[in-house]
Amino acid sequence: MATHTSHSLPDALLAAADVTEGATRTVSVPVGVPGYTLHEEQRTVPASEPPVLPVNKDLQFIGKSHERWDGPAKVTGRARYTADVQLPGMLYGRFVNATVPHARVLSIDTSEAEKLPGVKGVHIIGTLLGSAVLRDPSLEQAKYPVVRYAGQPIAAVAAATPQAAEEAAAKVKVKYEVMPFVVDADLARTPSSPLVFPGAADQAGTAGGGGSASGIPQTGNVHGPAVRKHGDVEQGFKEADVVVDARYTTQVQTHSALETHGVVADWKSDMLTVYASTQGTASVREELAAFFRIPKSQVRVITEFMGGGFGAKFGAGNPGVVAAELSRKTGAPVRLMLDREEEHRSVGNRPSSDQRLRIGAKKDGTITAIQLISYGTAGCGTGAGCAGPATNLYKWANLHTEENDVFINAGPAAAFRAPGHPQGAFALEQSIDDLAERLNMDPIDLRDRIDENPVRRVQRQIIRESALWKSRNARPNADPGPIKRGIGLSQSIWYRHITMSSAAEVRVHKDGSVEVLSAVQDIGSGIKTVLAQILAEQFGVPPAKITVKVGDTNYPVGPNSGGSVTTLSLTPAVRDAAWQAAQKFLASIAPALGTKASDLSLTGGMVHSASGKFQPIPFRSAAAKMNTEEVSAQARRIPDYDPSKYETYGGVDIAEVAVDTETGRIHVKHVLAVHDCGRPMNPTQVISQINGGVIQGISYTLFEHRLLDPNYGLMVNPNLDKYKIAGAYEVPKIEVQLIESYIGQSSTDASGIGEAAGIISAGAAIGNAVYNATGVRIRQLPMTPAVVLAALNQPQPLMESL
Amino acid sequence: MSGHQPPQNELPEAQPKAPAPAGITRRGFLKGAGVTAAGTALLEGVQVFQREASAATPSNVKEYGPDQFPVTLHVNGREHALHIEPRTTLAEALRIQLNMTGTKISCDRGVCSSCTVWLDKMPVNSCMTLALDAVGRQITTIEGVSADEHLHPLQAAFVRHDAMQCGFCTPGMVMSCASLLERNPKPSEADVRAAVSGNLCRCGTYPKVFAATLDAASQIARKA
Repeated sequence: MATHTSHSLPDALLAAADVTEGATRTVSVPVGVPGYTLHEEQRTVPASEPPVLPVNKDLQFIGKSHERWDGPAKVTGRARYTADVQLPGMLYGRFVNATVPHARVLSIDTSEAEKLPGVKGVHIIGTLLGSAVLRDPSLEQAKYPVVRYAGQPIAAVAAATPQAAEEAAAKVKVKYEVMPFVVDADLARTPSSPLVFPGAADQAGTAGGGGSASGIPQTGNVHGPAVRKHGDVEQGFKEADVVVDARYTTQVQTHSALETHGVVADWKSDMLTVYASTQGTASVREELAAFFRIPKSQVRVITEFMGGGFGAKFGAGNPGVVAAELSRKTGAPVRLMLDREEEHRSVGNRPSSDQRLRIGAKKDGTITAIQLISYGTAGCGTGAGCAGPATNLYKWANLHTEENDVFINAGPAAAFRAPGHPQGAFALEQSIDDLAERLNMDPIDLRDRIDENPVRRVQRQIIRESALWKSRNARPNADPGPIKRGIGLSQSIWYRHITMSSAAEVRVHKDGSVEVLSAVQDIGSGIKTVLAQILAEQFGVPPAKITVKVGDTNYPVGPNSGGSVTTLSLTPAVRDAAWQAAQKFLASIAPALGTKASDLSLTGGMVHSASGKFQPIPFRSAAAKMNTEEVSAQARRIPDYDPSKYETYGGVDIAEVAVDTETGRIHVKHVLAVHDCGRPMNPTQVISQINGGVIQGISYTLFEHRLLDPNYGLMVNPNLDKYKIAGAYEVPKIEVQLIESYIGQSSTDASGIGEAAGIISAGAAIGNAVYNATGVRIRQLPMTPAVVLAALNQPQPLMESL
Repeated sequence: MSGHQPPQNELPEAQPKAPAPAGITRRGFLKGAGVTAAGTALLEGVQVFQREASAATPSNVKEYGPDQFPVTLHVNGREHALHIEPRTTLAEALRIQLNMTGTKISCDRGVCSSCTVWLDKMPVNSCMTLALDAVGRQITTIEGVSADEHLHPLQAAFVRHDAMQCGFCTPGMVMSCASLLERNPKPSEADVRAAVSGNLCRCGTYPKVFAATLDAASQIARKA
């Protein structure tokens, strides 16, 4: 034997090991929407896969609305977030941030800061993360990173108390050579604009999206276009009976998670331990290992609880790297949490957009051509592309998209919940309604003709039959009074991204306790609960009795939670691990039961003997008969069963608004959201996410707006008092209808919901509702009262000049 | 209303006044403002008025800081001795000195209410309350809402209704809603919206907060 295994495997397991080497079996899987399109299809799957899961109604734990596994910890304040971590001797870190939007740093004097009592260390940033970087670094010879936005971190201090750190940061003297700056994306596109970068610059995306293609043209501050061409759009427009052509603009939105970015870093000689508020323990570990050139095995990242990220929290970022530097220098753990102002300015936002969208269609609605030319600013980063919906939502004969990033002197964007899609759908779904009106078609009928997705067809049918949609007056501006009611529709789309590096270990102990371990982090979507449900289904133990250990890179690698990947990537690995652990468990109790593993099965929490050797035994009693203290199995994600059957997923939302035509205020009264996410693993948690997407979408549509002062280049509303996000008074009645949509792709057949959950469609649903209410189309976000009044008081050209 | 003047026997003798620090950070401002036992109530208009009236008399002014001095805080029915600076907010004292981290700091400016605690049963933003101003008052934090291992009926309803996602705003939401139920055992949905109108939740969990609070009210009524 060439290799030695430290323990002998039971025969059942050796058999299982054999079948993993390419052996397959053909199984029958449920596919479609129960009550509408459910049917069986065949799939060829690895022979090691667990039995096919039936639809939710035939399951005991999976697909049921079990209480959030860590709910009690969250409602009692016991849940420990990164900002709550206190280690012995821990210091408090604080950034020194640029006070100007564009400058070379000439000198940094930390001497006075270092003299203050309690100050233990300072660090001057040499390599800045998060912004785009010059393709040719030699274009910029500078001792320190060039300041490209007000609020850019320059240095940091560590002190014994937060107060001492704050005072010390204020004592660091930075001398700038200020340079001309630009914070207005329209101005930045003009030839005479100051340049944010002296040459072409690129930024890679993250696990959650963002960034853009590298190596594409750059002219002045305009990075792009990234071009996509299929067929000949001009020919397509010639063949069209109707062309709609309009300009749409959307604002910059900040993520505004309630927990700011931050870490607690503890650098020891043999191990860097980092508690991080992150959407990806794996991504933090990777970035720290790469940055400091240390082995990943010597970086441990822990995220017990995290207070929201929405796309902005991948990698270690400047806070992670700088806290680690301070910890290395001081020999003490360092907590570095951003304050709210820093959070708004320096760690991400959703880029703006300025889109010209042309759609040509035949009389029957068939789309002959779509052309989208977009500009958007991701500050001194990239990632403002928004062509996803125009490219993927409907069937077209010809397509031409050009996406451009416009650099300005503002903080870099980051992935933000469905990157590019709220912007793109805001334009596309209003123009599709325009098209329906020009074709004299019902907006749902038109979408039935041009949208090939079978699940959205079902969703539109549900919308069409809803009381809310039936109450819609098809004629715009039908209400006589000053307050006008309207209803509008929008669709959303998202994609099936799979993170193959998704793994878990399941352990069964002799005392009957069961645990699952994965480095995956629970960002609030409830993956802990879902993992508990999967083990509960396998072992017949209630989810609350399952031990879930996640958010620690000491466990098997987990997916980074962005792009709606977590549930669909990880749950098949967990179910496979649970099933394999159960087989090992049966093998380990077989000797004591005087039988073979192949005679045993574990269903409904009972161990059964196929030969009838004994009456069913409860799982817990059976565990006492294990011939070892613990059995465990680790599994990782295998590819989808049949990628050729790929479908996008999403939803159809309608919004009812009341527009006060005297004050310009839009009141969203009622939203009906019909969504699919494959097999809903925990419907209540899915509905929570959809509620959240709808509310975040309303907030984006009506309130949020990052404002930069053109005279000083500073963000003028960098706290939640001036940066308005939706609160309790702005929440409408929200009805969610969740579609079970089976696709037969994995051992859990789950998909994701985070991106498609409302934020993509809210803008256009509200826009279409406002049009239905008033007969006036608003193509600008946010739809503040001033914007609404201006639109109501102006004749509406379909196309403004670009 | 006037019962929360810091009892003099719990505060040390006044210390010499230090020069005000430079800069205009909020902490700096509070510190520089020569915080006195009677100078910076940010709680309720009437109290501010009363205090300003008394502060107008120089002989009444006692000054503390800028260095740390010992105080006693009554938190969740227990007395805690700690050292604070005049500028230390109640949220900082709870989180950093007492390691009671259920109370969250998110905006640190009294906008999001993640830091909600009760002072003598009334909800306040602890990030906008000086620890000094909480001396002599009964402070209740999220850790003290349920008397023992059992969840408060409102907490149980939050779990039942999934009235949380990331959970960072949850302690503040619980404090606001539990306080509402103390004041108004039979609230309407509009009452709940008003009670959490200052509590921001970025995950968008409001609908379930409303449902959970109304459900908790009916559960409590049934048991009563």
